[in-house]
This record gives sequence, C-alpha cells and structure tokens, in this order.
Amino acid sequence: MSEFSDTHSPAPDPLLRIRGLRKSFGVQTVLHGIDLDVPRGDVTVILGPSGSGKSTLLRCINHLVKPDAGFVELDGTIIGYRPVGADSGRVRRLQELPAREITRQRARIGMVFQQFNLFPHLTVLENLVEAPVALRRASRKDAAATARELLERVGLAGREDAYPKQLSGGQQQRVAIARALALKPELLLFDEPTSALDPELVGEVLRVVKDLALGGMSMIVVTHEIGFAREVADTVVFIDGGRILESGRPADVLTSAVHERTRAFLEAVL
Amino acid sequence: MPYSAVPYSDADLLDARLVAPRRPGRWISAAITLVLAAMLVHTLVTNPRFQWGVVRQYFTSSSVISGLELTLWLTAATMTAGFVLGVGLAYVRLSGSPIPRAFAFGFVWLIRSVPLLVQLLFWYELASLYPKLSVGIPFGPSFGTTSTAHLFSGELAAFVTLTLDVAAFSSEIVRGGILAVDRGQSEAAQALGLGTLRIFRRIVLPQAMPAIVPATGNLLIGTLKATSLVSVIAVVDLLYSVQLIYNANFEVIPLLLVATAWYIILTTLLSIGQYYVERRYARGSGRGGGERSARSLRRIARDNVTVFPHSTAGTSVGGL
Repeated sequence: MSEFSDTHSPAPDPLLRIRGLRKSFGVQTVLHGIDLDVPRGDVTVILGPSGSGKSTLLRCINHLVKPDAGFVELDGTIIGYRPVGADSGRVRRLQELPAREITRQRARIGMVFQQFNLFPHLTVLENLVEAPVALRRASRKDAAATARELLERVGLAGREDAYPKQLSGGQQQRVAIARALALKPELLLFDEPTSALDPELVGEVLRVVKDLALGGMSMIVVTHEIGFAREVADTVVFIDGGRILESGRPADVLTSAVHERTRAFLEAVL
Repeated sequence: MPYSAVPYSDADLLDARLVAPRRPGRWISAAITLVLAAMLVHTLVTNPRFQWGVVRQYFTSSSVISGLELTLWLTAATMTAGFVLGVGLAYVRLSGSPIPRAFAFGFVWLIRSVPLLVQLLFWYELASLYPKLSVGIPFGPSFGTTSTAHLFSGELAAFVTLTLDVAAFSSEIVRGGILAVDRGQSEAAQALGLGTLRIFRRIVLPQAMPAIVPATGNLLIGTLKATSLVSVIAVVDLLYSVQLIYNANFEVIPLLLVATAWYIILTTLLSIGQYYVERRYARGSGRGGGERSARSLRRIARDNVTVFPHSTAGTSVGGL
C-alpha cells in the first residue's frame, strides 16, 4: 500500500490515512498530493522549510482548511466529507458534512498552535473547561476536575486562576497542550509548538510533548527541533514544495537522506 | 583632552540634585486658562438674562420630568434594540452567505447615507406613501390590514428611526471590533470543536468588546442627544417639553438651559458607567489594575465636575 514500504514497513491498520491530498490558494499550489500514514501510538515529525505546506497539511487534517482533492481518514471515518452512494457500490461524490458534524469530528483531533492561541479573556481553568462543557462531554464540575489533573500533568498545578498573559510563553504553551488534551483526542497535532518561545523555554514544552509520546499518544509534530525528532519520533517526514520528499525512521532520514534538498535543509538547520 | 576641558568633577555631578526643567509656557497657559474660566463664571453669575431663578423653577417641574422620562426611555429602547440588531448585522456581514451579506451591506449603506432627521420625517410620513399596512403572504393573500397613520404614531416613528440608525452604526462598530480579534482565536476554538455561534458569543465577541465599548459609549451619548430630533415630529421629549413651556411664557434661554443641564447630567452619568464597563472587559488584557483604575475614575469625576458649575451653578444644587 504505502509507497514508502522500502524504508518503513507500513502498519496494517493506521490511525490516520492521508491519500492524494491537494490544496491550492489562488494560483499557488501548496500541497501536491500528499500520502501519509500515522500508526496508532506513533509520533510523526514533519520537517521542512517555511512555506513548504506543513501547516496547511496539519490544517487539512482537522478540516480547518478544505482540501481541493484527496482525503483524510481517521480511524475509518473520512474527515469533513460523507461518501455519497457508498452502499450502491461506487462512491461518486464526497459531500461536505454539515458544520455541526465537522465540529464533532474536530473534537477527536487536538491541536497545539505556534502562537498558543489561548483565550486571553478566560482563566487557565476556563480555557480547559470551555470545550468539554460546550460539547456536553462533562458537567462543569467534572470538567474542572479533569482540567486540574491535566494541569498537574503539564506541571502547572495551582495556576488555574491565572490569565494567560500572566504566564511565560512556555507555561502558556503547556496550558495549550492541556487544553488540547481536555477532549481526550485520538490524535494530537502540533504546529511548530516551540517556534515562538525563548530558547530557554523550549525544553519545558518539549519535555511535556515527549511525556505524551511515551504515554502512547498518537501525534504529528511540525517542528524545527531536530534533536527532538531524533529522540522522540517514530517516523520523520521531510516536505518541500508541497511534496513528501523523504519519509522513514529518524536515523535514516536525518543521517542518510536520499534527496539533495533534504540534506541541504538538515545542514542549514543543524 | 576633551575630559580635562570640563570644568566640574565626577564628584560634583554625583552630588548634584536632579531637578525638572523650567516650563514658563506652562505657567502662561495656566494663567490664560484661569482668566478665561473666571470670565465664564463671572458672566454666568452676573448676566441677569440667564435667569437662574427661572431655571431653578422649571428644572424639576412635572412636564420637564415627564419629557426627561421619554428621552431616557427612547434612548434605552433604541440603543438596546439597535445594538442587538447591529450585532446580528455584523455577524451576517462577516460569516453569512452572500445574499444576506449583501443585504446587510446595503442596509448599512442606506441608513448611513440619509440624515437622521430626513429618515425621521420619512417614517413619520409613511402614511402618505403606504396608507394601509397588511400582514400576509408576500404577493399572496393578506390576513389583516390596518391604517398606517393609526399605527405609526410619532413615538413609533421615532423608535423605528433611531433603532435603525443605531443598528447601522453599531454594526460597523462591532464589525471593526471583531476584525481586530486575532484570527488564531477562532481557529483554536474551531480546532476544539466549538460551533460557529458559540465561538462568536464566547470567544470572539468578548475579545472584541474592549474595542467595541468605547465607541458604543460614544454612540449611546450621541443617541441620547439625537433623541432631541423627535421634537420636530411633536414627540414630547426633554427638548419638546421645554419648548412647549417657552412657547407659552417666552423664557427661551432659561428653559433651554434646563434641557442643557439635564443632557449634561445624563451624559456624565453615562461616561461614568462606560468607565466601569470598560474595566470589566479589560479582564486578562493586563490593563486596568485596581489602584490605577481608582485614580482614573477620580479623573473622570473631576473632568465632569468642572463642567457642572458652568451651566447649572447656583441652580442644580438648589434644584436637586
């Protein structure tokens, strides 16, 4: 199935399957047909220069960006679309789901942003409680209890009444991770989680991400932290110009890249 | 060489006291301002034609108070209805489908293009355009018909006009506030699986409020004063109630002062209220700590207290 079977044996039943994903903004094509599998419990690190389509790829996964072609399948369900005519044999159309159902699907996928995007007018606890309560997953009281557990897990017990602006960047990003975990997602997406941080704060965030990885969370991490990729990733994917140029175990991709472009990028970053 | 040329030592400089620069301009401008203020107070007190006694006599008279009540009621009703409508229009303009969006744009364009007074006269004269109004299916049968002149009293015309005006202007205020909120906020909320309306109500709108509140405060004060236009269609508001009195007794200036004093008092109260609302919506922005706010409240009070004696000296104190 996978075209990367030569470097990496594909999992028989991946959590996430991406096939033929294309996206253009106006005349500029950002994704040129992406195929990617994320096995359950695996960490996939996406590397690539800025403008290579990494962020767009992440946003297509939870349908924040509508792809032009191709599909994303999470644990057997297509994200954002309903296959029409599937029971009569051949699927002829993918019809976009109503907003309410897309909303429900998005709750299965957590996302952590480069700029944290915490809600500044809500306290840390309210940031974590908002979605579980809005989606009627839990009462406010239960959601608050879960939120406190999560804050403890990211090392921020006792800060639930602070407003985001009162926290350091590293603390804010750890709150953002806790917020993404509050819905018990099946998959976590990280969009350059440490790029907006002071260098000395990067470590505390990566430690939390690594703990999650060790705990068996499936995740896709877009980052420029090669050390993190080498240490934590199960698979490293290199994207340039909207195409996957390289995919495999970190040791293979990071030390003996096949493409000239990958080697040049890694040399520049390291 | 350059160091030895300096005729003082480091020790002198370290011992020297730091003092503020001389500001002769400040003293001069303060003196001019005080003289002008003194002249103003002097003329208010000594010019008998202000007739402060008459002002005091009518300040709390029952017809003025009932006019004041209508002004307050009209302001509150039109602001509330208009603002709710305006939020809806802003929402439609930002996320609605194309045809409603075009409609919202056209509405704002039309209302903003026509002077308020002209709109008021149009609604008041609606009966000449459509003598009868009926409820029914568009282009189909009607269920009930009523005479427009009967339905559209001056007060209803005033309410409709001002509400539509507030809706148009507040929709622009709200839209501007929403556009000022970082796009990452709604993206993060979407990623958390929140629905469009919930994102608007819980995430985007509260963050737009710090930009919306000051402008809405201005709009509210403007609307309060714009209600005085309804006097031209014989709605007995604060202005029309004093006009009715001075048409009978010809004490024009003192009665206009009665209305003026009330408008100033109301505007001052609204400014103080606006201050508290702004502080409420500054949550989490790192602005407006407790101590600092107390000081700026005092500043607002002081600013407005100095305005008081100019128009109501020796009257409002006795009258109230």
